[in-house]
Amino acid sequence: MLDILDKYDVLGAFWMTIKLTVFSAIGALVIGTILAVMRVAPVAILRRLGAFYVNTVRNTPLTLILVFCSLGLLYILQVNLTDPKSPTSIVDNNIRWAIVGLAAYHAAFVCEALRSGVNTVPLGQAEAARSIGLTFTQSLREVILPQAFRGSIAPLGSVLIALTKNTTVASIIGVAEASGLMKEIIENETASFGVFFIFALGFVILTLPVGILFTSLSRRLAVKR
Amino acid sequence: MDDVNPGQTDRTTGKTVAPDRTGGAREPMVVIEGVNKHFGDLHVLQDINLTVGKGEVVVVLGPSGSGKSTLCRAINRLETIESGTITIDGKALPEEGKPLAQLRADVGMVFQSFNLFSHKTIRENVTLGPVKVRKKSKSEASTQADALLERVGVAAQADKYPAQLSGGQQQRVAIARSLAMGPKVMLFDEPTSALDPEMVNEVLDVMVGLAKEGMTMIVVTHEMGFARKAADRVVFMADGQVVEVATPEEFFTAPKSARAKDFLGKILTH
Ligand SMILES: Nc1ncnc2c1ncn2[C@@H]1O[C@H](COP(=O)(O)OP(=O)(O)O)[C@@H](O)[C@H]1O
Ligand SMILES: [Mg+2]
Repeated sequence: MLDILDKYDVLGAFWMTIKLTVFSAIGALVIGTILAVMRVAPVAILRRLGAFYVNTVRNTPLTLILVFCSLGLLYILQVNLTDPKSPTSIVDNNIRWAIVGLAAYHAAFVCEALRSGVNTVPLGQAEAARSIGLTFTQSLREVILPQAFRGSIAPLGSVLIALTKNTTVASIIGVAEASGLMKEIIENETASFGVFFIFALGFVILTLPVGILFTSLSRRLAVKR
Repeated sequence: MDDVNPGQTDRTTGKTVAPDRTGGAREPMVVIEGVNKHFGDLHVLQDINLTVGKGEVVVVLGPSGSGKSTLCRAINRLETIESGTITIDGKALPEEGKPLAQLRADVGMVFQSFNLFSHKTIRENVTLGPVKVRKKSKSEASTQADALLERVGVAAQADKYPAQLSGGQQQRVAIARSLAMGPKVMLFDEPTSALDPEMVNEVLDVMVGLAKEGMTMIVVTHEMGFARKAADRVVFMADGQVVEVATPEEFFTAPKSARAKDFLGKILTH
């Protein structure tokens, strides 16, 4: 079983999984925060746009979104995210589009996690913020969002774990991450439980600490009322 | 206002020229004119008229649900109004946006439930407004905050979080937070009704101190001791209307309206 580790770059594949996870997570957090702000904004059109995005994206299979990014945006519309003349442009484009797709998809879930966090902030906090003269944006930045983030750490952890596992979908658009390599190994070698075991273990090693970290963070950073 | 003498209430409009302790009329600080508001079918503010002079302390009394909180919140536009005008120090309340935020900075508000920022320390609660709104430096705001916390008697708690303080301490911090903005007028909405009885006086003492220093105050409270000690006038509200405006002495000893008599009967029997 260990010869598989010698013959194939399993660590390299998991490294790709980690990169996909980290960059998509950052993107999802940024887009998700913007969406969450839109969904609580005093402007009706922003609220509606935010809700429309979340409802559409959340209910579309991730596979479709990634295929749309790769086939639709990259190949048909020729939207390159890297220099098309570079020798690695196909691979790089696919990786970047995978990150964009993963970020756009999980942003909807980040938004909902944050919104559940916003709901943990009592109305009086916003009223107190406004009554000392903070503007809407200042109230959000100084008072509401910091508390909302703390109240949404646990659900954000779940989103991050789901995101880690969902990076496996990127293999369908040709990104060489862990599950793609697993399929390749199974095709080349006789399938064995050992192979499954190695890859399952890899994902557990990635996600278990995240879960533990977020649980303890959410407990430690919880806003005492 | 020409036909009304200082200290007298024009019974038809409810408008009053504020009496000064020295006898002359005050300049108006808060002017509420013909204000109406509904919550659905409920006419919660019915043609409210009230002028509060500079340095005047007005206590608002009335049964639960009579619209006291709504009136208080309308003064810094936490509630919108449907008709009428509210001006503060000569300026009409802006509709929204930056001008409204700026006006709110001049109007302190103390809530029944304190509403300290839970994720910030006591000192940060007091410095947030001065730094973000008044654009003071962190160190200047911090020095000022410590002085204010000293004044309300919670200096020792400056690095703690709100949840670690008693209700009375939290409410005094909330007063310090408002004072840090250098407000022109302070609104208090039942500041002591969420407190355990033994903590009521520590908060009222701070408020009496403020009144003595000449702060303009509108205070919704049923604390008659405070009203007698600090109020220039008592405003009695019932069913969304200002029913009676009088000095505390007049109001508590000889209320004119039946509603006020009934109300006082209920709160005095205990
Ligand atoms: N946001 C709201 N929506 C609907 N009704 C409200 C709202 N706030 C207050 N009310 C109603 O308006 C009336 C006056 O409320 P309030 O101003 O809080 O009275 P008070 O402070 O004198 O007890 C009450 O009947 C209350 O139920
Ligand atoms: Mg009330």
